[in-house]
Amino acid sequence: MAIYINRDLCSGCGLCVEICPFNGVKLDEEDIAILLDACNECGACIDECPVEAISIELIKEGVIDISKYSGIWTFAEQRDGKLTRVAKQLVGKARQLADILGVRVESVLLGHNIAELAQELIQCGADNVYLIDHPMLENYQTDLYTKAIYDLTMEKKPEIFIFGATHMGRDLAPRLAQRIQTGLTADCTELTVDETERHLLQTRPAFGGNIMATITCKNHRPQMATVRPGVFREPEKDLSREGNVINIKPDISKSYILSRLVKFLKLEKKIVKLEEAEVIVSGGRGLKGPENFPLIQELADLLGGEVGASRAAVDAGWISKDHQVGQTGKTVSPKLYIACGISGAIQHRAGMQASETIVAINKDPDAPIFKIADFGIVGDLFKVIPELISVLKAKKEKEMVV
Amino acid sequence: MKFIVCIKQVPDTTNVKIDKRTGRLIREGIPSIINPEDKNALEVALRLKEEFGGEVIVISMGPPQADEALREAIAIGADRAILLTDRAFAGADTMATAYSLGSAIKKIGKYDLVLCGRQAIDGDTAQVGPQLAEFLSIPQITYVLEVNIEDNKIIAIQELEDKRVKWEADLPALLTVTAEANKPRYPSAYGIMSAYKEKEVEIWKMKDLDVDEKRIGMDGSPTSVKRIFSPEPKGKGEIIKDEPKKAAEILFNRLRAKNIL
Repeated sequence: MAIYINRDLCSGCGLCVEICPFNGVKLDEEDIAILLDACNECGACIDECPVEAISIELIKEGVIDISKYSGIWTFAEQRDGKLTRVAKQLVGKARQLADILGVRVESVLLGHNIAELAQELIQCGADNVYLIDHPMLENYQTDLYTKAIYDLTMEKKPEIFIFGATHMGRDLAPRLAQRIQTGLTADCTELTVDETERHLLQTRPAFGGNIMATITCKNHRPQMATVRPGVFREPEKDLSREGNVINIKPDISKSYILSRLVKFLKLEKKIVKLEEAEVIVSGGRGLKGPENFPLIQELADLLGGEVGASRAAVDAGWISKDHQVGQTGKTVSPKLYIACGISGAIQHRAGMQASETIVAINKDPDAPIFKIADFGIVGDLFKVIPELISVLKAKKEKEMVV
Repeated sequence: MKFIVCIKQVPDTTNVKIDKRTGRLIREGIPSIINPEDKNALEVALRLKEEFGGEVIVISMGPPQADEALREAIAIGADRAILLTDRAFAGADTMATAYSLGSAIKKIGKYDLVLCGRQAIDGDTAQVGPQLAEFLSIPQITYVLEVNIEDNKIIAIQELEDKRVKWEADLPALLTVTAEANKPRYPSAYGIMSAYKEKEVEIWKMKDLDVDEKRIGMDGSPTSVKRIFSPEPKGKGEIIKDEPKKAAEILFNRLRAKNIL
């Protein structure tokens, strides 16, 4: 629940300030009513306001006027001044949905000295970019990002708002959805819209990917969802595409910060960047033990790729969790995914079925992985992989000579 | 210090099987467990209690049989267990869950730290933690690997995709804890005695809480399930059954033809 003041309607009469029993509202320097932390959400000001500028967003059917919400928003996550791949993937998806609904795609970009990223979002398909540039937003901080985006959301009222299901997105989106008091669906693998009802149909795996569920958020706006990186394709950039960059001055200050960033720490070990990899070679239960992962590594190295693993291999302790592909691991969509000794439980498939080309090597001809493989080799991986390695090595040498 | 750990009883999804003919989930015989990362959260609470003293309270919302998960938590070392169980809570999405759990936490009274697992293995949403922190208006630190308390402040190391971040917040605060944070302990013999012979799981119903009926259960949930279905398999690919050397060559040529290699 939240009291909301529409700045466009407020006449600055000050009746709300007089009636408020908690000193929870005042007139700002432009003579427009703003809420203070002392607001108790009692609602006394709502009846008092002669111009109906004050409303309360109740979670009750029909109270929120859904028709006032329009447009599809994406959260444009940037790290160290670069857009994440998922930020671009979201714009591509939002463009498709917006064209069906006949609305605008708008991206929300927060940070400091990141104005040039706005053009990249426009080239990916955004019509407008809300640029919130502020020194305090340089690094992600839950409370400031939530405050800045909450204020903008309540003012502009988008009907759909999507986020990448990255660590940042999954820290921010729930906090924001709770403040807005709207629904949020996690880790969607497909988003479509119902044209007549304008509902966002949010499909996601449940029970470890064993079933799929389509979720809707009928009476609350915006309809919020997070989407795993790699689920949607990155759109082709149109360098001639034009759009508007709208600068937003956030109402943030130190007083809003609850958790304070102390410092960034260096990592000792190499980060496994499965989500970014073009080639992934994964091993599963069929590898029989940790001593056989170097075979997978050798093949991955030859192909310039990363090593992935099934949950079974990770749970058995053969390889660390950061290699895990699947519903409870990472969702990947490389150009080439080679599954070695992985039966292909749905929980694994949920994390890799968007790969462009899938190769499966497995002894069991009935293994479910073959159902989604473009190329399947039925055979002993301990014989097939060494052969594959020697073919690759031989061709490589030959090409070097030529 | 008072530590509150939110736990969820979940089906062990690693053992979930699909009926090959109907394509449906076989629910019978699937064991229920404490969500794995909630055990990591409990472990954090127990270690902090050992260092700073105090009380560890576990709380869960679920059907009456979630009692079992709470007793296991007592056996592992929790001092007190509360189960929110009422038909009125059923069908809650993450927002209604956060509201109900949050209302129960407010009823417990003064607390220092709320701990949740990063996410549950049945839903994988990772949403209740941050939503609960927002409802309680307290700081949140998610994806936590390491925790310390210094001068009444929580210091936590958060694991992001490409870096680690050290955060600090005043108490009370909420943390969501990852599987990599620690190795949860097993129940002790004394704990098991305590869980099944001495201690009781407190049952709290809707009427025991100061809650708005419209904000709990299905009515309080903005999201609803429209359809449930089994994932569809992708179109048929080419199966290569030749002996290993030949198969490797065929595969290489196919991938080369598709411009992948």
